[in-house]
Amino acid sequence: MTQLSLVKVSKIFGAAKVVDGVSVTVEPGKVHVLLGENGAGKSTVIKMMSGIYQPDEGHIEIDGETVRIPNVDAARKFGIAVIHQELNMVPQLSIMENLFLGALPTKAGFVDRAAMRKKAKAALDLIGLDEDVNTPMGELGVARQQMVEIAKALMQDASILILDEPTAALTRKECEHLFEIMEELKAKGVGMVFISHHLDEIARVGDVVTVLRDGKYIDTIDAQAPESELVRLMVGRNIENQFPRVAQEPGKTLLKVDHLTRAGAIDDVSFEVHAGEVVGLAGLVGAGRTEVIRAIFGADSYDSGSVAVDGQTLPKADIARTIAAGVGLVPEDRRTQGLILEASVAENLGLATMVPTSKFGFADLKGQTKRENETAKKLRIRMANVDQAAGSLSGGNQQKIVFGKWSMANVKVLLLDEPTRGVDVGARVEIYELINEITANGGAVLMASSDLPEVLGMSDRVLVMSNGRLSGGMPAKEATQEKVMSLAVSHMDEEAGESR
Amino acid sequence: MTAKEAKLGYDSGNTTAMDKVKRFASRNGALIGLIILCIALSIATPAFLTGPNMLNVGVQAATVAILAFGQTFVIVEAGIDLSVGSVAAVSSMLVAYTGASMGMPPLVTILIGVLTGAVFGALSGLANAYLKLPGFIATLAMMSVARGLTLVISDGRPISTSGMVNFFGSTVAGIPMPIVMMIIMGVIASVILNFTSIGRSMYAVGGNMEASRLSGISVHKTQIMVYVLSGVFAAVAGLVIAGRLHSAQPQAASGYEMDAIASVVIGGASLSGGKGKISGTFIGAILLAVIRNGLNILNVSSFWQQVVIGLVIAFAVSFDTLRRKVDTH
Repeated sequence: MTQLSLVKVSKIFGAAKVVDGVSVTVEPGKVHVLLGENGAGKSTVIKMMSGIYQPDEGHIEIDGETVRIPNVDAARKFGIAVIHQELNMVPQLSIMENLFLGALPTKAGFVDRAAMRKKAKAALDLIGLDEDVNTPMGELGVARQQMVEIAKALMQDASILILDEPTAALTRKECEHLFEIMEELKAKGVGMVFISHHLDEIARVGDVVTVLRDGKYIDTIDAQAPESELVRLMVGRNIENQFPRVAQEPGKTLLKVDHLTRAGAIDDVSFEVHAGEVVGLAGLVGAGRTEVIRAIFGADSYDSGSVAVDGQTLPKADIARTIAAGVGLVPEDRRTQGLILEASVAENLGLATMVPTSKFGFADLKGQTKRENETAKKLRIRMANVDQAAGSLSGGNQQKIVFGKWSMANVKVLLLDEPTRGVDVGARVEIYELINEITANGGAVLMASSDLPEVLGMSDRVLVMSNGRLSGGMPAKEATQEKVMSLAVSHMDEEAGESR
Repeated sequence: MTAKEAKLGYDSGNTTAMDKVKRFASRNGALIGLIILCIALSIATPAFLTGPNMLNVGVQAATVAILAFGQTFVIVEAGIDLSVGSVAAVSSMLVAYTGASMGMPPLVTILIGVLTGAVFGALSGLANAYLKLPGFIATLAMMSVARGLTLVISDGRPISTSGMVNFFGSTVAGIPMPIVMMIIMGVIASVILNFTSIGRSMYAVGGNMEASRLSGISVHKTQIMVYVLSGVFAAVAGLVIAGRLHSAQPQAASGYEMDAIASVVIGGASLSGGKGKISGTFIGAILLAVIRNGLNILNVSSFWQQVVIGLVIAFAVSFDTLRRKVDTH
């Protein structure tokens, strides 16, 4: 089995040393966790392991011998495979074809489908994935797509598996399944590199942790180390409280959802959110949390029921009027739904207010620029200047822009869908402080999240959805992970509303 | 200079001026190319850099530039309009027809022409927004429909135009009206794109349609408006073409859509949307006209001109793509 070592490697881009003298050794049958905030250099380290980048200083050893990994193909020959955060899949092609992408088995120049099918089935069996190999990849959920990627890596005899934030888009149950597979791979002697922003997962699957900060090697410690120690190493200071929720006295009802129903997605959902309150919306992926939030915002229509903000009933599926009534949405995926990545920070901040503030068809460019600058400053967005492309900022700062967009629009009700997905610990606390600020100013927040500790830590009240229905609710003080999970699965056996 | 830069041997103090020049050059590739081309042509032949020839280049560039200004809206919004040549033809044909065969007053015929452009554009836009037809397909269909209708109305024969229409192709006090029209339309396009909310929405929708929609920007309205504007600009270009020929020709402006698209793309716009400037488009259109004019003066056959134009487009766009790649690292 293979042992992979990076010895004092550095990588320089222009004037910046993004990785500076980092040493990591991935041992067979061990899970090596790479920990660090966004921009700490984890991705660059992975790219050096997988042949995408060459180290500018230091060297790479495989089984004690110094090697060069000039490209991805060479890495594969060394048995190194990467499961990227953004999966490399062709959604239109079948599982089988994706498994053999770039290496189709042929017979006399024609694709040998029989051999392909047999090998594909064997590969899926190996990781316990029960799925027809002819199913188009795009019909699978993220978790299953990931399983297929792992199966593909194993099929190519990978002995070092690099998992770049594999759990970011998975539910708890799916994560657990992934961890079981990782344990089986460990038993088979596969060495793994694991990246995750969820600290609780580190002790669960990790053996050792290497912490990076600002491209520098900080320490390698046992994965069973307490979370507070990991956070301290990662951010270089103590973070007193991961969830600094400051509760307010709830005021009048700001958001009232009444018997909201959409066939196949939302089943008679009613609840209220008061001024000063953060209501957490928990549930498994596919339980209908995103659907409820999008229906409230007007991004999708609904069959019956109503949504009212501050006593005023909102029209169905009319985003512009919903925003005018004082509602904002921080969507599930900021990169595809929240931001124009190539546009500047300023333009993104002004996105929701550009049309409403225009007069006689002319945009209020001067006023907008002033407000954009103020908002960027107020939210402490870390950037060179407001003309920088939003896509070049870290996940946390990108998310702050999305929050800033709604702060500029002066919304009373903010809908959050996975507000800290892909955001590192330090920036996460800053996002939470933004949430506190909104409620302190009399706003109401509805927050859907798959991150249960976050829901419990930042909400005042927790609502749980299961299979399109509201299966229960409780004050956050009384909520536990067990209580929430049992509510989340309570309607699971009823009909086929929930999919994969 | 930070410690990091010092360690790497970077000397930010001395290179700033040079860096600025380099930066400007890499961001204005088309302009630099145009200047170099003009210098080369001035050296190669004394016939190039003369007043009359410059005006000639301007007139040659005018119709394509006007079409390209309209096209810029569409490309910024991440669409494409293949119908501009045909729409220019059909609207100018309607101007001539309503004037010559129906005896309508010239001013009314011109309004009808502009309205025709708007209506054809609106149809493409509606198909794009509500039938979810990709702009390429909607306008490919419209290209055929509009050209076909031009032939139907004219019965395949040119129709002569009124004096008021011919004014758009005339020269007044030594100044060719096509150039004046190009400048007016360029300024209008620039104002729309930079200062109006609909213009800013084009950049937003072209950059990320879903994020724009979820920010309350009316994506449908924007999609329809870009094609309407493109149609109106095409109609104005049609007036200029008819004015120069004193008649509406059934095959007028055929193939011009490609020159218009090329101008926009040479000018730095991205076909994936969200990027593009009227000034860039203007330079693109002038560059194409200068190449044609220069090759004509140098007696290069028009067959070879097509080869050269094709290579210029490929070179200009790959230069731009490479620059962006370098910029992101």
